[in-house]
Amino acid sequence: MAKQILKVEHLEKSYRENHILHDINFSIDEGEVVALLGPSGSGKSTLIRCLNGLEPYQKGNVIFNGKPVVPTEKNWQKLRQQIGMVFQSYDLFPNLTVLDNILLGPVKVQHQSREAAKATAEKLLDQVGLREYENVYPRQLSGGQKQRIAIVRALALNPELMLFDEVTASLDPEMVRGVLNIISKLAQDSNMTMIVVTHEMNFAQQIADRVLFLEDGHILEQTDGTKFFVNPQTDRAKEFLESMDF
Amino acid sequence: MSSWQVIQQGLPLFEKGFGLTLWLSFVGIIGSIIVGLICSLLQYFQIPVLSRLASIYIEISRNTPLLVQLFFLYYAFPVFGFKLNAELCGIVGLIFLGGSYMAEGFNGGFDGVSKTQVETGKAIGLSRLQLARYVVFPQGFTLSVPALAANMIFLIKETSIFTVIAIPELTNTALDLIGMYYRSNEYLLMLVIGYAIILIPLSIILTILEKRVRYGTFGN
Ligand SMILES: Nc1ncnc2c1ncn2[C@@H]1O[C@H](COP(=O)(O)OP(=O)(O)OP(=O)(O)O)[C@@H](O)[C@H]1O
Ligand SMILES: [Mg+2]
Repeated sequence: MAKQILKVEHLEKSYRENHILHDINFSIDEGEVVALLGPSGSGKSTLIRCLNGLEPYQKGNVIFNGKPVVPTEKNWQKLRQQIGMVFQSYDLFPNLTVLDNILLGPVKVQHQSREAAKATAEKLLDQVGLREYENVYPRQLSGGQKQRIAIVRALALNPELMLFDEVTASLDPEMVRGVLNIISKLAQDSNMTMIVVTHEMNFAQQIADRVLFLEDGHILEQTDGTKFFVNPQTDRAKEFLESMDF
Repeated sequence: MSSWQVIQQGLPLFEKGFGLTLWLSFVGIIGSIIVGLICSLLQYFQIPVLSRLASIYIEISRNTPLLVQLFFLYYAFPVFGFKLNAELCGIVGLIFLGGSYMAEGFNGGFDGVSKTQVETGKAIGLSRLQLARYVVFPQGFTLSVPALAANMIFLIKETSIFTVIAIPELTNTALDLIGMYYRSNEYLLMLVIGYAIILIPLSIILTILEKRVRYGTFGN
């Protein structure tokens, strides 16, 4: 049986009196790819941000590698080395070169030697085809290149779990493919465990071992990837897929 | 006497006043930046008690005129047994005023760093201190430069108020000369030129600096 990486139990989240997530339960095993799908405003970003402590939650447990997380900022800060996250807005640090963006975590947070961290970074840059850009500043890159660097920056910490929140949503169409390919390769070649929020249904179908379908802060269904896209369990998921032109 | 002679007559005193205005501004600005930075850091890191004191100071400083602050230092302080000379009063007053403006300038810069930048920094495991050092401060300082530059110009102009406690800076010199020789046109012209010589080059330099720093940090 595969090792369980993350488990979420009875998670509840509200912003003041506004209840956003209701009794969220799921788990993810090592090497598994979970696509988190649902209409806009259903709580996908909120949920994924709870999983690395960027959003506080009011009730429930997040269990990482078998240990319940005591949700203090200090604990989350340590765990974030193991739980990488990439955002829609990529947000490279404009004041640092590409290489320094990537090295910041390994060198300052993990206290790796610069040489060792640089070797890893260059290997990763090679994999995303951006090795020759290591000394440029983010302003000299296209959106797609920035997002690929942002992925490398997260991977440089050697995380056990990756969270992707609509990482192609702000890219020009011709850039989307390249970024999605990198994520697919990460799943296939590196067997990375990941939770992916995306509006790219073809991509989700191709990559997802399992789909969590979220609506109004409830998980309406958890279905195998192969099944969800051809035969979703709920009418809401069916409507959702139709609305996505899928 | 021709205007030219009047001007020549006033020149030595004006040079002195000019030097004094420059000196007081320089010390006042440096002091204000130090005080402002300290206050801003106390607030950024939410240091208990001290950050509260910093905000009280900022409120008082921003909501009282420099004139009143100077009177207080010069006339009221001696009552408590502290006697400061006029120049020291001027510098302390200017720093008291400028410190809060500079603090607000720094605060504005730090606040201007986007929330997503901060979150991305957190997401790679940076601690609060590391986040400040590698992400928020480098970008925040850049964002605060325009406000700091405007404050510098503002503080230099505020030194003209020192005349009320008889510091012989530029404005005081001009008023004295007018009082002595009754030639206000010439001396007021010299006064305007005196400030222009300081302020115009400075504001050009600061504008260039703003652009450079901005480009260095954000590339636009
Ligand atoms: N900071 C916040 N304060 C209050 N309400 C919030 C906040 N962030 C999100 N919400 C609310 O939480 C709900 C879920 O938002 P969330 O961003 O998680 O949705 P989403 O599924 O990611 O949507 P999208 O597909 O548009 O990104 C929405 O109703 C939103 O208005
Ligand atoms: Mg979202």
